[in-house]
Amino acid sequence: MAVDTDTVRRIAMLARLDVPEGELADLTGELAKILDWMGQLGEVDTDGVVPMAAVKPMPLRRRADAVTEGGIADEIVANAPEAAGPFYTVPKVIE
Amino acid sequence: MSAGALTDLTIEAARDLLAGGEISARELAEAHIEAIAGARHLNAFITETPERALADAEASDARRRRGEAGALEGIPLGIKDLFCTEGVMSTAASAILDGFVPAYESTVSRNLFDAGAVMLGKLNLDEFAMGSSNETSHFGPVENPWRRRGDNRPLVPGGSSGGSAAAVAARLCLGATGTDTGGSIRQPAAFCGVVGAKPTYGRCSRWGIVAFASSLDQAGPMARGVRDAAIVLGAMAGFDPKDSTSVDIAVPDFETTVDDGVAGLKVGIPAEYALDETPDDIRALWDEGIAWLRDAGAEPVEVSLPHTPYALPAYHLIAPAEASSNLARYDGVRYGKRVEGADLIDTYAKTRGAGFGAEVRRRILIGTYALSAGYYDAYYLKAQKVRTLVARDFDRAFEACDFLLMPTCPSDAFAIGEKSDDPIAMYLNDVLTVPASLAGLPAMSVPAGLSEGGLPLGLQIVSRAFDEETMFRAARAIEKAAGFAARPGPRV
Repeated sequence: MAVDTDTVRRIAMLARLDVPEGELADLTGELAKILDWMGQLGEVDTDGVVPMAAVKPMPLRRRADAVTEGGIADEIVANAPEAAGPFYTVPKVIE
Repeated sequence: MSAGALTDLTIEAARDLLAGGEISARELAEAHIEAIAGARHLNAFITETPERALADAEASDARRRRGEAGALEGIPLGIKDLFCTEGVMSTAASAILDGFVPAYESTVSRNLFDAGAVMLGKLNLDEFAMGSSNETSHFGPVENPWRRRGDNRPLVPGGSSGGSAAAVAARLCLGATGTDTGGSIRQPAAFCGVVGAKPTYGRCSRWGIVAFASSLDQAGPMARGVRDAAIVLGAMAGFDPKDSTSVDIAVPDFETTVDDGVAGLKVGIPAEYALDETPDDIRALWDEGIAWLRDAGAEPVEVSLPHTPYALPAYHLIAPAEASSNLARYDGVRYGKRVEGADLIDTYAKTRGAGFGAEVRRRILIGTYALSAGYYDAYYLKAQKVRTLVARDFDRAFEACDFLLMPTCPSDAFAIGEKSDDPIAMYLNDVLTVPASLAGLPAMSVPAGLSEGGLPLGLQIVSRAFDEETMFRAARAIEKAAGFAARPGPRV
């Protein structure tokens, strides 16, 4: 599967990652090389093999649906680049 | 005791001297603060916390006077800057988290401080733990305190826990925390001549550790001896309801069995770990390790792990796939830096484009590609199936043996800049450590000899899941036989 600059531009958009146009060609070459190297996995017969989902299979633990800690909005927004009181602020999304 | 003697102690020896009242936690902290200030050229720390260390030490001395000493009472440690520490900047060595000050403490660091440990500061690493040389850090590379014989170029300490390994080797702390996703504790331990242990996945809580690849990330200790590593792991480990993958089983006292030896145990030697490119000195050390274990009463047996060659490419799909998901949280809204764009989507993209370094961007793109529609089955699902086969290989091998012995790395430490232009050459550093990571097994590196260039080499022990005791016993047997006493020379 060849990776071209359009593919890289598309996955960069999916990843919400700004890639300057000037870096696209180099990055495409690198990713193509890495993905090509991964192609060797095709040699492995995996018919009927179950994909590994957990190192130690165990039932998902559950707990009571109760607030265990809360009332710490100020702590939560303390590291926000921009906050207004206990709220995050973002650029306007609705015109 | 002189400051030099204090920083040269093992944790075991320091613990005895502290318990006997011969030294104080404050003296020990002061000696290390001085050593750190004198070794800034190594760039091992992102944040030094000398005031915190002195306050911790004084509180520790006061607890001891009250008879309340914990397992690590007064022991000065460095904390990898991937662990969130309350009130102390935690960056993951990324520009995107520069200035982030957590309002909470990771479970592992909390456990260590509850046991009485003193924090010296936050140690440098590869950005988001993605790297094998500590060169991808936003805060610059860490220098290995060792130099190749007849060559004065600065060497990498390995990665991603490069700051931890360099600091322990350079006597800047008695021990340190590391994290290991594909070899990030074991490979830098080998490159710097220290002990590094990755416990079974689920043994240490991941809560409060900045996530890289959640199905692989595990915390572990780095120290200057096997017993020291066992002591620190005992304090780090334990069930934590805040991590859904934390396993609720008792933590044995690893220290009490560390000297039990290997007599009667079977050590598996996997043929697939002898790579064509493995240098002669590493092959010779591996043979020596087998002989040491045989002399100690273990029986070597040949085992086969046939899917070993496929572990590394599978890892480099699984880890970036998980990373691309985990790192979605860095959006310029909740924490870290924000770069304003034309609209919200553009703000996300500009923030992330500017905040992540080249290797992290590369892995996010690989991971996004592997998870994207049309490629998911061919790449991600295929890799997860190969992961099953790699784990099954280990299960079969452990039917014939009790633990495995192999080299930690295919080379000794290389020069800064030597491999940074070729991602695949860099990935190959982890070819011998990644398989145990994929299988979630406990694995550790113990310094066992020097390369032809006079640099440390590690041997790696892998044991069954939740059988860290056998891992430590085997590593201790190697340590005793190897008598590794070499240390990095003074700076020239």
